[in-house]
Amino acid sequence: MTHVITVSSTTFLREAGLAVWQRAERGLDAITGGVLNPLRHLGSLGFLCFWLLAASGIVLYIVLDTSAASAYSSIAALARQPWYLGGWLRSLHRYAADAFVVFMLAHLAREWLFGRYRGFRAFSWLTGVPLLLFAFICAIGGFWLNWDRLGQFSAVASAEWLDALPVFASPLARNFLSVASVSDRLFSLFVFIHVGVPLLLVFGLWFHIQRISRAAVFPPPALAAGTAATLLALAQALPVASQGAADLASAPTTLAIDWWLLFVHPLMYATSAAAVWLLLVAALLLLFALPWLPQPAAPAVAKVDPANCNGCRRCFDDCPYAAITMVPHPNARVGRQLAQVNSDLCASCGICVGSCPLAAPSRGVAELATGIDMPQMPLNVLRQKMERQLAALRGEGRIVVFGCGRGARVSTLESADVTSLSLICTGMLPPSFIEYALRCGAAGLLVTGCREGGCEFRLGPQWTQQRLKGERQPQLRASVPQERVAVVWADAGDEPALVEALNALRRRVAPALQPAVAGLLHG
Amino acid sequence: MDRPAASVKPLAWAGQVLLYGVFALVIGVFSRWPQYRHLAPDQALVKLSFTHAGKRVAECRQLTADELAKLPPNMRTPMKCERERAPVRVEVDIDGAPVFRHVAAPSGLSKDGASAVYQRLSVSAGTHHIAVRLKDSAGASGFDYQREQTLTLAPAQILVIDFDAEKDGITLQ
Repeated sequence: MTHVITVSSTTFLREAGLAVWQRAERGLDAITGGVLNPLRHLGSLGFLCFWLLAASGIVLYIVLDTSAASAYSSIAALARQPWYLGGWLRSLHRYAADAFVVFMLAHLAREWLFGRYRGFRAFSWLTGVPLLLFAFICAIGGFWLNWDRLGQFSAVASAEWLDALPVFASPLARNFLSVASVSDRLFSLFVFIHVGVPLLLVFGLWFHIQRISRAAVFPPPALAAGTAATLLALAQALPVASQGAADLASAPTTLAIDWWLLFVHPLMYATSAAAVWLLLVAALLLLFALPWLPQPAAPAVAKVDPANCNGCRRCFDDCPYAAITMVPHPNARVGRQLAQVNSDLCASCGICVGSCPLAAPSRGVAELATGIDMPQMPLNVLRQKMERQLAALRGEGRIVVFGCGRGARVSTLESADVTSLSLICTGMLPPSFIEYALRCGAAGLLVTGCREGGCEFRLGPQWTQQRLKGERQPQLRASVPQERVAVVWADAGDEPALVEALNALRRRVAPALQPAVAGLLHG
Repeated sequence: MDRPAASVKPLAWAGQVLLYGVFALVIGVFSRWPQYRHLAPDQALVKLSFTHAGKRVAECRQLTADELAKLPPNMRTPMKCERERAPVRVEVDIDGAPVFRHVAAPSGLSKDGASAVYQRLSVSAGTHHIAVRLKDSAGASGFDYQREQTLTLAPAQILVIDFDAEKDGITLQ
């Protein structure tokens, strides 16, 4: 009973948090648009900060004197370079690290709120958790290299925290008892931590995005430029300064601490080293355990029909999670391939169905059989449903709305002359369905899906848009009258935008144009 | 087909400038503020730390001829010494008041390693009488090492109390 209550409370907390987050995302959409909304690109913004850190860090490493006696003065000399270029670079390095942590934690929170930690996403989640540790180890180690009062405080606090573990024969904090005990060898260790751990981070990031095809390791150019320019401007306006050379004979009293990166030290002195270890272990265990907590049953994965798969590789190209591989076709001529679905990686989004060239409903077959299909929503059933619903509509300006189960609720638009079909993802819609609906008597079609950057399955709206524009196979035929098709990207809660788009479409599809449309389609 | 508007409205531009400004402000402010007070201005710090192997729990003894004969020829060392070390007991009094009492167990599975101590003690700056006692042998007798000293600590000064049996015993520096 307690277990059930705990799970319910967590779900309630997550859903409440998700509602707040989605409101914030929509609010930012109004000023940035979905494509440039930073809340929809947190992972790639984290990557951007990492690239900034790497670039600025390489230059800083070149000028850094990695000895205990001269590290501080070599960093201080940066501030005396012409036009403050060195100081600017150093400040950029620090602020990029701050921003990296902010984006990383926000990315973690967003993925949790959207429930993206289980099933086929568990791998990305589990490989992401250690990256949190790597990021903080690397960041904290950076403060030690600039051997100022803050670096001294951080090094001693870190050593005292580590000493709480019963693994060191001699306390690490003894390395900081006197000036004599801080040697160049110790500084070599600092350098190893600050340079070696980021290499581990790169390796971990590579793992983290392994199961995502076309992973966004760079945000949209305008967003990247805006973020980088902001960090550069911040580095110029609020330069980072050292807080006096380290002096192990006296303790730092008041420090301008970087709370984004060093909060753990004040937390330890406010509580205890053991309490912070306990907190860390509990947080990590919770994060690692999340994918194994009770969860809804996984939906059926895409199913390949070898008899109909012609090995065209379009589903292989379009799958957002690299769940499809091409293997030699067992029953066909040499060289022909067959798509194969890895059920562990499949997101059950149906985007592969939308890419299949055999998913054309106009094919003269009694039962529409595609090369790849979703068992829970076969395309043949979808075609029959559309035909039935379309036939039941009244009036001449009949409209079919294709929507996404995760986006705005298309059923709210249904009326005497409007019917709707909610797909798993809009990317599941083969463009030929639009043409077929027009042939079956629809005056217009409204296609909708999640806002740009907000697709549950990453690439649904992108592929749909490209297919409808004729930029991606399978594409919408050029003979389809453009004014008969409306596309609107709307999340759940954006139903008024759907109504607006529907009304605009209604005005365009005047019944008088119907004969001309029919002529175009059948001509 | 409908297409999203490509142009960005002036209000949206202003919103984006504000967004990036808030982002910079949040990053910049919390990278330095609020200041953290690690030690009050009128406080000093005493750090007691040492690593020291206590004396052996049992005295070494000479093996008898019979005992030696039972050993393989290559292991016939005449002295038999038990590995286990005594825990190190340390006490610190400041101005007559006990501020730290600790018994540091020897490290190692066989308890044959050094005992280690690291302890921070905050004290008010000024003149203090500090007494340190250390016992590194087994048995009930008193302390093996003692040191008392009156000294003046400046604000934020770190006084290190160390121990090295081979050199000066207990040191305050």
